[in-house]
Amino acid sequence: MIYIIQNFGREFLYTDGYHITGLAMTLWLLLISCSVGFCIALPLAILRNARNPLIWGPVWLYTFVIRGTPLYVQLLIIYTGFYGLDFVRNSPPLAAFFKQGIDCTLLAFALNTGAYTTEIFAGAIRDTSFGEVEAARSLGMSQFTLYRRIIIPSALRRALPVYSNEVILMLHATTLAFTATVPDLLKVANDAYAATYNPFASFATVALIYLCISFTLIFAFRKAEGHFLAFLKP
Amino acid sequence: MFNLAGYGPQIFRGTIVTVELSLLSLLVSFVIGLLGASAKLSKSRFLRGLATIYTTIIRGVPDLVLMLLIFYSLQIWLNDATDYLDSIQNSVDFEVSLDPFTSGVITLGFIYGAYFTETFRGAFMAVPRGQLEAARAFGMKPFLVFRRILFPQMMRYALPGLANNWQVILKATALVSLIGLSDIIKAAQYAGEGTFRTFYFMSIAGLVYLLLTTVSNGVLMLLERKYAVGVRKAVL
Repeated sequence: MIYIIQNFGREFLYTDGYHITGLAMTLWLLLISCSVGFCIALPLAILRNARNPLIWGPVWLYTFVIRGTPLYVQLLIIYTGFYGLDFVRNSPPLAAFFKQGIDCTLLAFALNTGAYTTEIFAGAIRDTSFGEVEAARSLGMSQFTLYRRIIIPSALRRALPVYSNEVILMLHATTLAFTATVPDLLKVANDAYAATYNPFASFATVALIYLCISFTLIFAFRKAEGHFLAFLKP
Repeated sequence: MFNLAGYGPQIFRGTIVTVELSLLSLLVSFVIGLLGASAKLSKSRFLRGLATIYTTIIRGVPDLVLMLLIFYSLQIWLNDATDYLDSIQNSVDFEVSLDPFTSGVITLGFIYGAYFTETFRGAFMAVPRGQLEAARAFGMKPFLVFRRILFPQMMRYALPGLANNWQVILKATALVSLIGLSDIIKAAQYAGEGTFRTFYFMSIAGLVYLLLTTVSNGVLMLLERKYAVGVRKAVL
């Protein structure tokens, strides 16, 4: 274990000398996929609660398909599948995008977490209490102001505990990136294993790092919950 | 419409492997979950601490990392153990080798056992204490109390969580192809490489998963209705 930390310590943390690797890469994947997923989810969550089936139907289909299939299959479709399609290969920008492991990984992760987050936010919006909306309407708020001032802020706050769970699950899901040749923490651990033939030490080291990230995230979210959900306290 | 280019049987066999793997993992994690929940609610501080460490570590570490850790280390530990047995008894050559399927079941069961532990713990606590006291007052032995009183009522509260965990297990079986199991994903990959139509065959694998999750959702809904017999829902 000490040998692995001495030889792969820098790779585990941030770089192998040429690329960003390890912890830095994992956190980068998590940050980008969660932010893009958030931006996808917020408008879709509003559309998901629309009354017109032509509007909520497609959103439902998106979340149904993504949540019903494993992320690994989605990653394989995007990473190995799309590049084999003729129209992708014949268009240079698309070909350049789908050739890069990291682009495909980020796209797959963002689409995946976007679907789960959409359902979380849609549920929170659905649970907005009748009185709040009624009060806002009686004050003459327009539909847009109603969403901007009342529904969205309150729904995001109430969704926080479930959303924090989703972020932790997304952290766990970033381990799949190494199958698309992205040098994240697990890829470094795999390299360490290949170099030392010591699976326990290599994977236990990386498991400890993941454990630390999970605990930090849980702690941060608990702080945020204490701050943003103070109004719900008894 | 579906032209499988002769890979149909392979994909079908892969689907069967995936279903078997998830059902067996469900069984293992179900049992571990029941044991873990009992440990968490037991009077012994040692058992409670052990169960807490188990659930905390498992739920804090990604399943893929645990899977690789257990899959590669378990074989080495087994080899060490059998070597040791060989050294004390020279006449017999002990050998245990783990195939990806067995290690997949062990690993998935072990990982999702932690999630089941949490689900069952909440459900156990939701059963009113008076029910258990009444059962004991009737002279039921602990196992009979569990079988007749605790389990049927607990399932009512546990089923939504169980349904969720089952979906996660089903989707987590996809990872087992990474340690070399020839499941539906491996079959789709082979077919895709053989015909240069990876997108097509991967989408079929995705559709199979979608079918499995949708069908099991329906079954779970029926189960939920069965265990909710005798509960009156509020009419809003």
